[in-house]
Amino acid sequence: MPTVDLAATPLRELNAALHRIGPQSNETHWRILNPRGQHAVAVGIDAPIAVEVEGHVGYYCAGMNKQATVVVTGNAGTGVAENMMSGQVHVKGDVSQAAGATGRGGLLVVDGNASARCGISMKGIDIVVKGSVGHLSAFMAQAGSLVVLGDAGDALGDSIYEARLYVRGAVKSLGADCVEKKMTDHHKAKLARLLGAAGVSGVDVGAFRRYGSARRLYHFHIDNVGSY
Amino acid sequence: MCGIVGLFLKDARLEPKLGGLLAGMLGTMCDRGPDSAGFAVYGPERADTMKLTLRGPAGFDLEALAKALQASAGGKLRHVVRDTHMVVTVPSVAEQAIRAHLAEAAPQAAVVGAGRRMEIFKEVGRPDRVADRFGLPGMGGTHAIGHTRMATESAVTIDGAHPFTTGADQCLVHNGSLSNHNAVRRELMRDGLAFQTENDSEVAAGYVTWRMRQGMTLSQALERSLADLDGFFTFVIGTESGFAVLRDPIACKPAVLAETDRYVAFGTEYRALVDLPGIEQAKVWEPEPATVYAWEREPATRHSTEWH
Repeated sequence: MPTVDLAATPLRELNAALHRIGPQSNETHWRILNPRGQHAVAVGIDAPIAVEVEGHVGYYCAGMNKQATVVVTGNAGTGVAENMMSGQVHVKGDVSQAAGATGRGGLLVVDGNASARCGISMKGIDIVVKGSVGHLSAFMAQAGSLVVLGDAGDALGDSIYEARLYVRGAVKSLGADCVEKKMTDHHKAKLARLLGAAGVSGVDVGAFRRYGSARRLYHFHIDNVGSY
Repeated sequence: MCGIVGLFLKDARLEPKLGGLLAGMLGTMCDRGPDSAGFAVYGPERADTMKLTLRGPAGFDLEALAKALQASAGGKLRHVVRDTHMVVTVPSVAEQAIRAHLAEAAPQAAVVGAGRRMEIFKEVGRPDRVADRFGLPGMGGTHAIGHTRMATESAVTIDGAHPFTTGADQCLVHNGSLSNHNAVRRELMRDGLAFQTENDSEVAAGYVTWRMRQGMTLSQALERSLADLDGFFTFVIGTESGFAVLRDPIACKPAVLAETDRYVAFGTEYRALVDLPGIEQAKVWEPEPATVYAWEREPATRHSTEWH
């Protein structure tokens, strides 16, 4: 198992090494020490590997991730898992603003809280936050799911398109064109799958409320969804 | 961009290391603000005295100025020259006379800060070099705040560098920009406040001074600023015994707080805090928008309070 100490190894060397990993590589489990809040740790990986980062990271950690599982034991700064394509990113502490921004796929799990704009412009990523999310979360969210076990701040789901939002706690306010929707058995099953994937157990899916688009704001008619 | 840092000590044993710790934090924030830097340090106080921090133009003979001031004051004045700045400790009762003498005898020297405990230094240049020129690593004290500037709206000059001070022992650093500063400045000037620059951040400092003159605590003044100041901001404010942090309601500018039983630390980014003792075990969090965080130091017991 390769161990990289970022107190000794330049970050670019680490990221270049992670980018060189081919499909046949046996180096499938990496440990990264002393990230010390550096930005862009483990960005752009495209290999089915596991990367454990021990400590707090700065901005854009695990951005553009494909296939890999990246675990951060501390907090993450702005834009963790930004534009993730697939794989999984798990932050054991809190995350700053714009977590999972523009993500197209994969799963982002946050054990702590997420600050403002969590899931902004998400395009297919699933995000599970075990704590609370800040204001303007899921702003212009297009696809995917945001699950919040705690509370949501102001203007949740402002200008939302087709993403699904599940919140267990209080929602301070809903943004433009975001409304509460019926929680059907179909949604409960989907939510249960998301919670299971995030390793959350013993939580009643019936305690969540679902929010989504009223579809009055964007110039797209749901009847035409098959044309796209 | 811009980077701001602050350190408020709870454990007196760290006090001799205050400047060294702040210098490290400021150095890490060089890449957020490489143009200029400034910092304020709350050091030891002496009974019935005020510290005046003076700044002269390049090549100005500060030692000669100190001699002239001593002659006018009719006694020895403790003074420390640090690069382009000099801190003169004067009897509180003589402060106005010495200021008047300064304005007449050395108009090219500016009083950049005054207070029982606060000393303030700012210069153009890379923040780590600015810190070294002033000897920040050797300074002690109870709390300090600093700023690294990347100028966007006005020239790279000392006048645009932070911290801004508008009252004794009060100073403020700001990351962001205010949009209603001209209107607020006019209002404050009508109420007797004086401003040295056209800078928006100086107005924020003046606002806090103005509210505290009305009898508000630092926390109350900041609470009120949320209604009166419009724009983007993360502020870190120091007073003689207090330390506070405030972010605008949409949290436009980044901020990280850390607290242990030995200190409270603020950094624009977590990177600025990584060399603090025990940071791995610290409570590290992002301050909530529109929420005042304030800590007050008391002579015997020290406590921290959060307002939500």
